[in-house]
Amino acid sequence: MITFEDVSKIYAGQTKPALRHINLQIERGEFVFLVGTSGSGKSTFLRLILREYRPTSGRIFVLGKDLGRLHQWKVPALRRQIGTVFQDFRLLPGKTVYENVSFALQVLGRPTSEIRQVVPETIDLVGLSGKEGRQPEELSGGEQQRVAIARAIVNRPKLLIADEPTGNLDPQTSIGIMKLLDRINKRDTTIIMATHDQTIVDQMRRRVIELDQGNLVRDQAKGVYGTA
Amino acid sequence: MRHTFRETWSGLKRNMSMTIAVIVTMTVSLTLFGLSVMTFQEVDRVKGRWYDKIEISVFLCTADSAGTSKSGNCEPGQDTSDVQRENIRTRLEQNPDVQEVFYESKQDAYDDYRRTYADSPLLDSLTVDQMQDSYRVKLKDPENYQGVVAEASSLPGVQNVLDLHQVLDPIFSVLNGLKWGTMGMAALLLVAAMLQIGNTIRMSAFTRRREIGIMRLVGASNVYIMLPFLLEALFAGVVSTILSALALFGSYEFLIERNAKVSIKALPWISWSDAWLAVGLVAIVAVVLSIVPTLITTRRYLRV
Repeated sequence: MITFEDVSKIYAGQTKPALRHINLQIERGEFVFLVGTSGSGKSTFLRLILREYRPTSGRIFVLGKDLGRLHQWKVPALRRQIGTVFQDFRLLPGKTVYENVSFALQVLGRPTSEIRQVVPETIDLVGLSGKEGRQPEELSGGEQQRVAIARAIVNRPKLLIADEPTGNLDPQTSIGIMKLLDRINKRDTTIIMATHDQTIVDQMRRRVIELDQGNLVRDQAKGVYGTA
Repeated sequence: MRHTFRETWSGLKRNMSMTIAVIVTMTVSLTLFGLSVMTFQEVDRVKGRWYDKIEISVFLCTADSAGTSKSGNCEPGQDTSDVQRENIRTRLEQNPDVQEVFYESKQDAYDDYRRTYADSPLLDSLTVDQMQDSYRVKLKDPENYQGVVAEASSLPGVQNVLDLHQVLDPIFSVLNGLKWGTMGMAALLLVAAMLQIGNTIRMSAFTRRREIGIMRLVGASNVYIMLPFLLEALFAGVVSTILSALALFGSYEFLIERNAKVSIKALPWISWSDAWLAVGLVAIVAVVLSIVPTLITTRRYLRV
């Protein structure tokens, strides 16, 4: 699904690499936690997968595509197969829950009949049935994140990237979000989640990849947050 | 597609005042551009009509032409000799810029004068001997006259070389000034319009940056993201073209058809087909003007 071959990234104007010689592989259906302090390279790692940046050296394969050889105009096609969720939800104000979710399909030019069918299903899946007509401002943080997740998965991506999805949520709400992500993972969607939330990582017991100052310092199946 | 049109429309509404400003600037600059195109056409027409008829007249010496302020290459008290005449004709005919050389004798000139000014009271006092023999030189390219004039002036037996360029050139330099002046002003305004469109689209993209960010995230194609902005700019371009076409056809109808063509019949005037050509060019410029700055400004938002 994802392969990093000796990947390094140095941002323009900086000497210190954001990532150093990363080698790893993530298989289809995995649920991977990406942990590490701020500035450890987690965001860079995720953005390289999304092809927002190109690595300074090394090769990255995502969903069978060599990103280094991927033409600029084929990047949108890659992103259609990757769902993305952020800490700050990034919903469109002034649009209802339904509109926020359907937006993702509309802008891909999907037929209205498909949208009418898939969007309610997805809203139901994330547990927001009955709130389709609400504005994002009227929802709690956890509910807003559910809308964002619905938008990310409405196109049935094979890969879901979550950058601190519980970062703005209280522990109770976070557990709900994690249950939802777990359900999505069981529908054959690979999930990579960057997080600072120790409790969640320790409870879920999934693969943990730890970055420190750009180095891959730990890659542990069924791992915990801190080095045990 | 519905989404695209809705986005275009909401963009136009949101930026109503900016859109109006763009349309005004574009209309003025396009109209000026169209007027300058018509000025070009008119000047070329007038030039073609007059310059094609221009001949160079090479006047030969008469016995009393020497000693005056315009004695040229004449010897005092002498007509141009036969050898000199032959020499002048050969030299003129060999000049590569010359197409044809006619000889006009005193008698021809006299007859011509009598015909042209049949009613003039001066005629009675005019004699054949007061006229001059001359060569009339027709040029291959009427614009290329300096060489021939210079050569003819240097030949012995030539009293004076007259070419109409001396008369017409000042007129045409004014017309040329007019033509390039309007074009220059039009170009400046077009640049201003272009920058304004760029800014408007940038603002429009800025107000929609959240939507654009999400579109990029979910993998909407660049064309899809850019289309509302292109349509927004094209809308302004089309409206400006229509307004400017009305202004151009209006000025053509009132200035040329109803006034100039009626009162100044001696000059050739541009026709409706020239006006249409000007409007066509305006339309092309309008499209380029709206598309290019939009592509440049939105590229920044589409960089993946």
